[in-house]
Amino acid sequence: MAERAALEELVRLQGERVRGLKQQKASAEQVRPRRQGRGQSKAEEDRAGVVCTEIEEEVAKLLKLKAQLGPDEGKQKFVLKTPKGTRDYSPRQMAVREKVFEVIISCFKRHGAEVIDTPVFELKETLTGKYGEDSKLIYDLKDQGGELLSLRYDLTVPFARYLAMNKLTNIKRYHIAKVYRRDNPAMTRGRYREFYQCDFDIAGQFDPMIPDAECLKIMCEILSSLQIGDFLVKVNDRRILDGMFAICGVPDSKFRTICSSVDKLDKVSWEEVKNEMVGEKGLAPEVADHIGDYVQQHGGVSLVKQLLQDPKLSQNKQALEGLGDLKLLFEYLTLFGIADKALEEKVRTTETQVLVASAQKKLLEERLKLVSELWDAGIKAELLYKKNPKLLNQLQYCEETGIPLVAIIGEQELKDGVIKLRSVASREEVDIRREDLVEEIKRRTNQPICIC
Amino acid sequence: MVLGLRLHSALYPSWGLACLLPRSFASCPGKSDSCLTMPQLGLLHRRAWASLLGQLRRPPGAVCIRVVHSHSQVAEATLTSQLKPHQEKSNFIIKTPKGTRDLSPQQMVVREKILDMVVSCFKRHGAKGLDTPAFELKEMLTEKYGEDSMLIYDLKDQGGELLSLRYDLTVPFARYLAMNKVKKMKRYHVGKVWRRESPTIVQGRYREFCQCDFDIAGQFDPMIPDAECLKIMCEILSGLQLGDFLIKVNDRRILDGIFAVCGIPESKFHAICSSIDKLDKMSWKDVRHEMVAKKGLAPEVADRIGDYVQCHGGVSLVEQMFQDSELSQNQHALEGLRDLKLLFEYLTLFGVAEKISFDLSLARGLDYYTGVIYEAVLLQTSARAGEEPLNVGSVAAGGRYDGLVGMFDPKGHKVPCVGLSIGVERIFSIVEQRMKNVGEKIRTTETEVFVATPQKNFLQERLKLIAELWDAGIKAELMYKNNPKLLTQLRYCENMGIPLMVIIGEQELKEGVIKLRSVASREEVAIKRENLVAEIQKRLSES
Repeated sequence: MAERAALEELVRLQGERVRGLKQQKASAEQVRPRRQGRGQSKAEEDRAGVVCTEIEEEVAKLLKLKAQLGPDEGKQKFVLKTPKGTRDYSPRQMAVREKVFEVIISCFKRHGAEVIDTPVFELKETLTGKYGEDSKLIYDLKDQGGELLSLRYDLTVPFARYLAMNKLTNIKRYHIAKVYRRDNPAMTRGRYREFYQCDFDIAGQFDPMIPDAECLKIMCEILSSLQIGDFLVKVNDRRILDGMFAICGVPDSKFRTICSSVDKLDKVSWEEVKNEMVGEKGLAPEVADHIGDYVQQHGGVSLVKQLLQDPKLSQNKQALEGLGDLKLLFEYLTLFGIADKALEEKVRTTETQVLVASAQKKLLEERLKLVSELWDAGIKAELLYKKNPKLLNQLQYCEETGIPLVAIIGEQELKDGVIKLRSVASREEVDIRREDLVEEIKRRTNQPICIC
Repeated sequence: MVLGLRLHSALYPSWGLACLLPRSFASCPGKSDSCLTMPQLGLLHRRAWASLLGQLRRPPGAVCIRVVHSHSQVAEATLTSQLKPHQEKSNFIIKTPKGTRDLSPQQMVVREKILDMVVSCFKRHGAKGLDTPAFELKEMLTEKYGEDSMLIYDLKDQGGELLSLRYDLTVPFARYLAMNKVKKMKRYHVGKVWRRESPTIVQGRYREFCQCDFDIAGQFDPMIPDAECLKIMCEILSGLQLGDFLIKVNDRRILDGIFAVCGIPESKFHAICSSIDKLDKMSWKDVRHEMVAKKGLAPEVADRIGDYVQCHGGVSLVEQMFQDSELSQNQHALEGLRDLKLLFEYLTLFGVAEKISFDLSLARGLDYYTGVIYEAVLLQTSARAGEEPLNVGSVAAGGRYDGLVGMFDPKGHKVPCVGLSIGVERIFSIVEQRMKNVGEKIRTTETEVFVATPQKNFLQERLKLIAELWDAGIKAELMYKNNPKLLTQLRYCENMGIPLMVIIGEQELKEGVIKLRSVASREEVAIKRENLVAEIQKRLSES
C-alpha cells in the first residue's frame, strides 16, 4: 500500500515537472512567436531543440511510472454530469424548443424587428453596478492575465452597451440567447443557472403608447400561438403606484420596499402582505389599510376611468400621467384585438423523409447510389450503416423514428428498372420507375403526412 | 385586458425608465475592431449624442420598453441602481471583450442564411439536434486537448464547482454519450465555443466563434459513416458556392506507420506531426529545418519522412502505398490504407471522389483522432495558367475518434465516433466580403407591408388595419407617430426595402377601399377592404 502511495506521489511530481516544462516552452513561444524557420539565431534553435527533447524524455518517464501503477491509473475519478443548474437538450427537447422559437421569432419578424447577437461574456465593468443586489449572482471568469470578464446576466445591459457603442437612438430588435445566473436552481420550476431569454425591445422617442401597445400585442400573439392555455396580461404603471403610495401616506424612503411586498400579492394573501408591511417594514397600519383599498382592485378600462375620478388619486400629478397613458394604451389595445392558432404535430427528432433500404444481400452499392441521388435532389434521406441489413430491421427503424417512406431496392426490381416505394403508415407498396422516383417522393412529401 | 394595481413579475412597468447605459462614457476610441459604426436611421452627431446621454443619466425619458422579463428582482434592482446617485467614471470605455464582437442585423442575416443551409444539409442526412451547456466541469475538459489546454477559459472559483467554457463541441458530445449510455447516435450541434487564442481579426480568428458539428457515434460496418461525413462536407461547400475546394484525407495509422518506418520514436510523434501540419503554409525546406533544428530529428530521418509526406493524389496513391515495400510491412499503415481504399470506393459511388485528395502531409492538431482525418480548403484559382491554386485556408475538418467516449465512461466502454466541423466564421467573412464587393444590399427585416396614411388623425384606422394584417400572418409595420407625413413613410419603405404599402385616408374609408401601392413601381390600385388580405397574399406569392 505504502509502495503504491509513494508511486502515486512520484507520478504526481513527474506530471508537474512535465507541465512546468511545457509552460516554459509555451511562454517562450508567446514572447517570440515562431518566425517560421527563418531568421532565428543558431543558439535559439539549439535551445529550443533541447527543451523539446527534454519534454519528450520527461513525458516518457511519466508514462513509464504510470504504467507501473497498473491499468487503473488514468481512469476518470469524477461523476459524469453537467454543471449544477445546467442541462443538455436532448433531440426531443431540441425539437420542441425549435418549434417554440419558430413561433416566437416569426412573431417578432412579423412586427418588423431586426436581430442582433452579442458575446456571451462582457467586460466585468460593463455589468458592474447594473443589477443591485443581484450582482452576487453573476458568473465571473477567472483572471487569466487579460481583461476581467463576466458572463452576461441578461440581454438588456448588452443591448444598452450595443446602442451606446454604435450611437444608435432608434432600433426595434429581438435577441434570443442564453444568460447565466448563479441562482439556487429549482429544476422542477424550470429555474436554471443557464437559460434562454427571448427579448424584444423598441428603443427610441416616439408618440406615446404606440410601441407599448405593440409589445402587448406581440405578447398576446405569442402566447396564443403557443397554445398553452388561457392567459391574462396584467398591466400597471409605476407612476400610478407611486402616486397611490404617496396619497396613502407611505414615506418616500419606503416606496421600494413596500413595492416589493405588494408584488407578492399574486402568491400570498393580502393578510400576509399586510403583516409583512406592518410587522417587518414598519408601516403604519392605517396606511397599510389604505393601500389595501387600492391594490385589491382590478378590472378593465372602466377601472382606469374610475380611478381618474378618485378625488385623492386625481390630485396626484404622477398618478394622473400614468392613468392618462393607460387609458390611451387601452384604446390602442382595443383596436388591436387578439391573435392566432398553431398546428399540432407529433414531435419527431429528425426530419428524414425516406429510408433507402435493400430487400436482399449485397445491395449496399445500389443503396449508396440511390441515397446520393436523393440527397442531391434535396430530399432528406437515410440508410442503415450495414452492408446487409434485414428488411424487417429497416422497416422497424422507420416506425421508431417516424420516417414516412421507404425506397426499397431489390434484385428483381433492379432488373425491371423500378424501385418499390412503401408508405410506412399504410404499408402500401407501389413500383415506381427509377427515373420518376424523385418526383414521386417530392409529390408525396408535399402533402400533409399522417404520422400515426 | 385587465388592469391590475399590483406589479406582476412578468411585466415590466411601462414608465419612463431609461435604457441601462453606462453612466459616463468616452467616445469610441478610434476605430478599434470591436467598436462598430453602422449606417442606421437616427445616427446622431457626436455632440448631440453626448447631450442625449447626459439626459439619460437622470431619467425619465421613455426609451426602453421591455416585453418579457423573467425575474422581478432584476427590474427592482435596475430601478434602484438608476435612482441612486452615482459617481462619474471618466475612464470607462465601451467595447466588447478582446477577440469577440457583436453581430449587427446585416451580419445576422448573412449568418442565418449560412446556418440554415448547413443545418438543412445535416437534417437531410437524418441527424438530430443536440445542445449542451456553455460550460463544463473543469475536469471534463482536462487532458483532452493536449497542448491547447492552456487556451481554455476558466470560470472563477466562486465557491462552487470548478468550471470551464467549452473549447469545442466534440468533447461535450462524448460526455453526453457516456453520461446517457448512448451506443449509437447521429447528431448535429451548432453552437459557440471559446478559446483564449491570439485573435487575428483579419483572418477571421476570434476568441468566441461558432462551430457547426455533425457526428456519427456507434459501431457500424466500416467506412460508410465516414464516407457520409465527407459527402456532407462536399454538399455544404458546394451549396454555399464558395468556389473550388479540395478535401485532404489521411489516416492516423498511416502516419504512425510512416513514422515507424522512418525511425521516428513515439515520444516525438506529436512534435513531428505539428511540424508536418505546417506544410500547407511553409515549404518543405522550412519544415525540414524546423524538425531537424528545433525538434532534434536526425537529417536522414527527416529526408525519409519528406519522401512520404510530400505525396498527394487520388486513389492511385493508395495503390502505390500498398506497393511500398516498407510501408506495406507495417500493420498500422496497412489498416489505414485498406480503410482509405474502401472509403474511396464509397466516395466514388457518392459522386464526390474528384474533390478528395489523399494527402500524406495532413497531420491535424487535436490529440483524439484515431483513424481517418480530413480537412477542406478553399482554392483560389490564380490568374495565370499553370500555377498551383493558392490555398486560402481551411473551412471544415474532422475525422474518426474511437477512444474519446471511453475516456469518460466509468468502465472505459468505447463508442467509436466519426465527425466533421464546419468553420462557419471563416465562411461568414468570405460571404460578407463578397457581398460588400458586389455592393449587395441586405434587408435586415422581412416586413412585407407598410401601413400608411396621408392624413392627420388616422392613427386608429391604421392600428385596426395593421392588426388585421398581423392576424392574417402578414409581416407589417407602421410608424409610431400619431400624424406622420406620407413622404416620410414612403422614404422609410424605400430605405428598408419594404415592397408594399397600404394607404388609408378619408376618401378610401368612404368608399370602403384601401389603396395598395407597390413601393418599387409607385403604382397604386384601390382594393376593396374585404379583399385586401387575399390580394396582398397573392402579390407576395408572385414576387
